[in-house]
Amino acid sequence: MVPLSYYLLLSGILFMCGVLGFLIKRNIITIFMSIELMLNGVNLSFVAFAAHWHALSGQVFVFFVMVVAAAEAAVGLAIIIAVYRTRETLNVDQVNLLKL
Amino acid sequence: MAGAINLLVQSHPINSALSLIAVMAALAAEYLLLGAEFVAAVQVIVYAGAIMVLFLITIMLLNAGAEERTKGSRVAILLGIPGVLIGGVLVAWTLLNRSNTQAVPIGALKGDPKDIARLLFHDFLLPFEVTSVLILIAIMGAVVLASRPRAVASGLRKDG
Amino acid sequence: MTPNPYLWVVPILPLAGAAINGLFGRRSSKKTISTVALVFCGAAFAMALYLAAGFSSASAPYYFDLAHWIRSGNFQVDFSFYLDQLSLVMLLVVTGVGFLIHIYSVGYMWDDDGYYRFMSYLNLFMFFMLTLVLAKNYLVMFIGWEGVGLASYLLIGFWFTKDSAAAAGKKAFIVNRIGDFGFLIALFLMIKHFGSLDFTHVFAAVRSLPTETAGAGLLTAIGLLLMVGAAGKSAQIPLYVWLPDAMEGPTPVSALIHAATMVTAGVYMVARSSAIFERAPMAMMVVAIIGTLTALFAATIGIAQTDIKKVLAYSTVSQLGYMFMACGVGAFSAGIFHLMTHAFFKGLLFLAAGSVIHGVGGEQDMRKMGGLRVYMPWTFATMGTATLAIAGIPPLAGFWSKDEILWQAFNASWVYWLIGVITAFITSFYMFRLMYMTFGGEYRGAAVQGAHGRDVHGLDAHGHDDRSHGHGHGEPHESPWVMLGPLVVLAVLSVFGGWVAGYNNHFEHFLAPVFQGTSDVAQEASPEAGKSTLEYLLMVVSVGVAGLGWFLAYLLYSRRPQLPARIAASLGGLYQAVANKYYIDELYAVLFVKPLIDGSTTILWHGVDQGVIDAAVNNSADAARHVSDRARHMQSGNLRSYAGWIAAGGAVVIAYMVWMGLR
Repeated sequence: MVPLSYYLLLSGILFMCGVLGFLIKRNIITIFMSIELMLNGVNLSFVAFAAHWHALSGQVFVFFVMVVAAAEAAVGLAIIIAVYRTRETLNVDQVNLLKL
Repeated sequence: MAGAINLLVQSHPINSALSLIAVMAALAAEYLLLGAEFVAAVQVIVYAGAIMVLFLITIMLLNAGAEERTKGSRVAILLGIPGVLIGGVLVAWTLLNRSNTQAVPIGALKGDPKDIARLLFHDFLLPFEVTSVLILIAIMGAVVLASRPRAVASGLRKDG
Repeated sequence: MTPNPYLWVVPILPLAGAAINGLFGRRSSKKTISTVALVFCGAAFAMALYLAAGFSSASAPYYFDLAHWIRSGNFQVDFSFYLDQLSLVMLLVVTGVGFLIHIYSVGYMWDDDGYYRFMSYLNLFMFFMLTLVLAKNYLVMFIGWEGVGLASYLLIGFWFTKDSAAAAGKKAFIVNRIGDFGFLIALFLMIKHFGSLDFTHVFAAVRSLPTETAGAGLLTAIGLLLMVGAAGKSAQIPLYVWLPDAMEGPTPVSALIHAATMVTAGVYMVARSSAIFERAPMAMMVVAIIGTLTALFAATIGIAQTDIKKVLAYSTVSQLGYMFMACGVGAFSAGIFHLMTHAFFKGLLFLAAGSVIHGVGGEQDMRKMGGLRVYMPWTFATMGTATLAIAGIPPLAGFWSKDEILWQAFNASWVYWLIGVITAFITSFYMFRLMYMTFGGEYRGAAVQGAHGRDVHGLDAHGHDDRSHGHGHGEPHESPWVMLGPLVVLAVLSVFGGWVAGYNNHFEHFLAPVFQGTSDVAQEASPEAGKSTLEYLLMVVSVGVAGLGWFLAYLLYSRRPQLPARIAASLGGLYQAVANKYYIDELYAVLFVKPLIDGSTTILWHGVDQGVIDAAVNNSADAARHVSDRARHMQSGNLRSYAGWIAAGGAVVIAYMVWMGLR
């Protein structure tokens, strides 16, 4: 028997790791992977709650989240490739044209 | 969790990707423990199988090397990390102190594919269809974005 | 009171002329401009004559309410016009003399570039002066009052490119304004205590109040404040300083505004307010004292002046002093009589002086004139007539009016009379001095052609420049008939004008209904048959004094012309003081002007304007800029800093939720 709060705790830790990765890492792809990590953490909490409250819709929602994550990953990577073509770098600090 | 931390620590993106795969596998096991078999299966197939493969392809395509040290944003370090830590600590504290620690039995909820399918195609039909459209759009976007500049430019010229 | 619908037409006519000339004059031919100006002014004069013909003392006074103006609770002021005997006299003088001067100006200003502007301003002046004279309440009179001040400013500074002219215009307006301040306060007092500014209402209320013999009271205050206004407008002590400077303007302006009409507005106003003054003996005394002192003071300055127009300017101040002296002793009709005759001969003097200046090519310094009786006979004759008039030689106009004033003054106090007689002596002296220096002896000036444009006054004194004259060059010449005509008419008036009016005290009886209830001393004296012996005696004294002045001038400037210089040298400092107008202007500059300017510069300009207002605006702009400068760094384009901000914000939200949950 694992208390709910432990699952939630783990979910929270995973999420925090994702955010930290987003902040710390310089490689765009690694940043993207941190995003995926965040999404996974959230998924875990969804499933945990679904089990706790015996509501299957939680798992259904997880399904949707994954679909969205997939779509987002595809588009995001395409963007990265496009950016790489122009900037020749994967370093997020050098992709700062936004400032101009 | 180890995998997550490893993701942060590694400097080469390939290593980070591999740790992420490890994380996902671990999560799939967790889902099984919670009785969500369908979700666990989908997690492995879609997430670990498709998405991470996509990541790996991109990493290898772009020949991403180990990260160099560049000047980052001071704000991110100054504001972000403390923020994250504070948030995390708060959440953890809340969870540990205030929630009722009612245990969740292993395999408590049977995540039957049949039941999930019923939900998916009855109650959540609209979101389901919308997500399929979403995937379609994503595919188109990815194709356009990642195509060779020449093709894109000529496409724009034709439209423009 | 009977209504008369034509009253308001009289001021409007010259206003129309001013508007037409002002708006269209730039593109019109000089003939058109002249025609417009003369037609409208002449029409006003004709209208005045028509009103005079139809005037009947039985149905006087006439009035006309043109339009509503202020209706505020119980207080009400309208655009109303009023015609009684006093207004009629002023009306005829203003329109008549004004018309003559318009004709003169056509000749005098013909060659000036700003011709249309001049004629427009002249008409504008007529409009304001007529408004002043025909007003039925103090506020409409004040409109005219301010308006003539404005016209005076515009006309004095007519040649505005000349610094001295512009400064003189400013000085006139500002000094006038000081007087107007007193006038305004008097009006406020009237509104507060009488609830109206209408003449009939105010005077009726005043007549119900007792005479303030015991000391100062409301009426004394009003009277004194009105006198302040009059002193400003009519150039009495201490506000006379603008009038000599006003000679910077063209000579017709000096004739019209600063001799015949505008400066007499103060006298008119005091006479109109006779009811108030009658009941405030202290104010009346102040008026008389100021008038008397000014008369003497200005006359002494006139002796030492060398500019022909300045002599006449100080003479005007002095003669105005006579008028105020008359009003101050209660002889209001005598003061108005002198106003009328003065308009004739002083206007004539100025116009003739203008003719002289025109004839010698712009020179105004009398030391460079002389012998002009040969070259300009008509001017000589008319100016001589005017000089006889102003000196008080019978039977010309000036004699009748000045003598009347001296007689009334004697009845009030022999001190006034004595000072008046001394002033008459000095007046006669400096006027004949002027005549001998200008017309007598031999011509001392430069050749006329060479004098153009390069004389003492820089820009030609009357706007002529080298291209103008078609007359014979090299020597002074007579003026054209368009200028001489008005001179002749005024000369005739100077001869006969006083006689007709002064005979059997006609004038006084005519004006009696206006000043009824006044302690007009003459009213007690005149019912007697003819005049008393004392009066004849005083008459002889004043004529004798005038003759004495003439003789002295003859002696010093005709027989022994080297004497004046020796006398001046021997008097040394005294002479210098007089010649420099007793340094009054310099005194004012130090006492008032400089502290005001310094104070304004330091406190108001640097302190308030720059330090407070500008600083506030600039500093708030700076602050905004600094804040935005700091905030700008958020938009750095750096992805990770955005993420950092998001994370921080997220932490804040979480903390908030936890806190809410804890409560």
